[in-house]
Amino acid sequence: MIGADLTTALPEIVLALFAMAMLMVGVYGGKDKLAEPILYATAALMVMLALYSGTQSLEPLTAFNGTYLKDGFAQFAKMLILVSAAVVLVMGKSVMIETGLLKFEYPILIALSVVGMMLMVSAGDLIVLYMGLELQSLALYVVATMNRDSSRSTEAGLKYFILGALASGLLLYGASLTYGYAGTTVFAGILSTISEDGMSVGLLMGLAFMLAGLAFKVSAVPFHMWTPDVYEGAPTPVTAFFATAPKVAAMALIARLVHDAFGTVPGDWSQIVALLAAASMFVGAIAAIGQRDIKRLMAYSSISHMGFALVGLAAGTAQGVQGMLVYMAIYVTMNIGVFAFILTMRRDGKAVTDISELNQLSKAEPLRALALLVLMFSLAGVPPLVGFFGKFYVLWAAVDAGLTWLAVAGVIASVIGAFYYLRIVFYMYFGAESEPLDTVRAPVQATLLVACAMIMVLGVINLFGIDGMAALAADALVR
Amino acid sequence: MVGLEHYLTVAAALFVIGIFGIFLNRKNIIVILMSIELMLLSVNINLVAFSSFLNDLVGQVFTMFVLTVAAAEAAIGLAILVCFFRNRGTIDVEDVNVMKG
Repeated sequence: MIGADLTTALPEIVLALFAMAMLMVGVYGGKDKLAEPILYATAALMVMLALYSGTQSLEPLTAFNGTYLKDGFAQFAKMLILVSAAVVLVMGKSVMIETGLLKFEYPILIALSVVGMMLMVSAGDLIVLYMGLELQSLALYVVATMNRDSSRSTEAGLKYFILGALASGLLLYGASLTYGYAGTTVFAGILSTISEDGMSVGLLMGLAFMLAGLAFKVSAVPFHMWTPDVYEGAPTPVTAFFATAPKVAAMALIARLVHDAFGTVPGDWSQIVALLAAASMFVGAIAAIGQRDIKRLMAYSSISHMGFALVGLAAGTAQGVQGMLVYMAIYVTMNIGVFAFILTMRRDGKAVTDISELNQLSKAEPLRALALLVLMFSLAGVPPLVGFFGKFYVLWAAVDAGLTWLAVAGVIASVIGAFYYLRIVFYMYFGAESEPLDTVRAPVQATLLVACAMIMVLGVINLFGIDGMAALAADALVR
Repeated sequence: MVGLEHYLTVAAALFVIGIFGIFLNRKNIIVILMSIELMLLSVNINLVAFSSFLNDLVGQVFTMFVLTVAAAEAAIGLAILVCFFRNRGTIDVEDVNVMKG
């Protein structure tokens, strides 16, 4: 019995044991001299676990008395989380070395936070949900403060910690109310209680508190205040990580919670999610207009994108979950590409982040400028690039679910948002004359930048089959 | 007779005091850390009260997990605060302003 449970949760167990073993190796071995091999080993293990998760059968399994779920939805989210975390680790390595931040704890902390994310997407119980979320968050607070001699990095870490702890408190209060009024912490038990006794006020309060806590983790408005500061202050490779895997995990966790535990009363939560979505799309699009720092700009961009992903969830249907998953996969790919570019933004050997530094980049390096142009158009959702199809899927799901106002709001917000993406393109092609940026020396970043741009163009043929996989995953969640 | 609602009221009051402690406090970051702890402990009162009322042990198991995580969270919070103090020489809330959000 326990053997079957352990086999079901094998990826998490392997990664957690690996992280602890590497901690021992790092401490008793060569300390930071080993950072690079540990980083590559972590990335390699993550890719292997992603392949393992992807090749498992889609038959749903539960372990540990229903508190851990393994189904198509969890497998899809895990593949996305593991691959993006591995890519971001390898992509940021050279910058971490140059800034003297590549300590051996860095890949280990990332691995531990990924274990937390994997638990989040597989949670079948409020306790597992909370433990996964905290394992993820605690590791992320530390990596945000990684550059501990910089006042910006420590301030970012402090802000992230305080607001993150507040969000955990809200989530936990909601979880305690849900436990009290449902009499159980297992999602399946909550679902059956609701279908027998109906939705009580206590459960509604619990749901609202939990959604507020989780909205913080995906940086949805009005719980987004930390995002720009943390994105700006944290070291850039860490920012790239924040923008990808944790967002997927938190979004998947919201989907898991609302469908597995509150799936019989979609009307109660879809309103809350729809409001979060509309506010995020607009605030993300409007507040980014005044930003000059590309990292802050990407923060507001991610707020806006989370709004679009929430549109899919607000629909409350399998089609909506499919749209959300497709959107997250596309969002992660675009962000990896853009951050690969931001990591190479340097002048005279020093990292720069102001968008006016991009002036006339197209003359000096046409390929690099073209790749960023494609990514920016894709972020803005300009057809026929892949980013457009992400928005199309979620908005379509919203219209089919009768949320036409939300879809219209999404279209308007994406038009407003297009302004600041296009401004970056304007600077690159028609900006004032200026000294060119340093040429790219790290082949990994250059390759990833071009590869992500290529995916945005070539993906229009069939989205690389990601929509079919997402449909299978959504069917596993919404029964 | 002290019933479930009394416990829930105390927990809700403590929780609200914790939230207000974070937002209204203009002096010191240590006070914010204390407020966070207060919020988590009020949740524990909730969980234990429900657990006893429902005759179900899961709530108390949950409480043990929350206590453990709260300890880890406090440790990390203080460590970040020490790094912040080394760089800035102050832990006043109003001085957390290098970046404007």
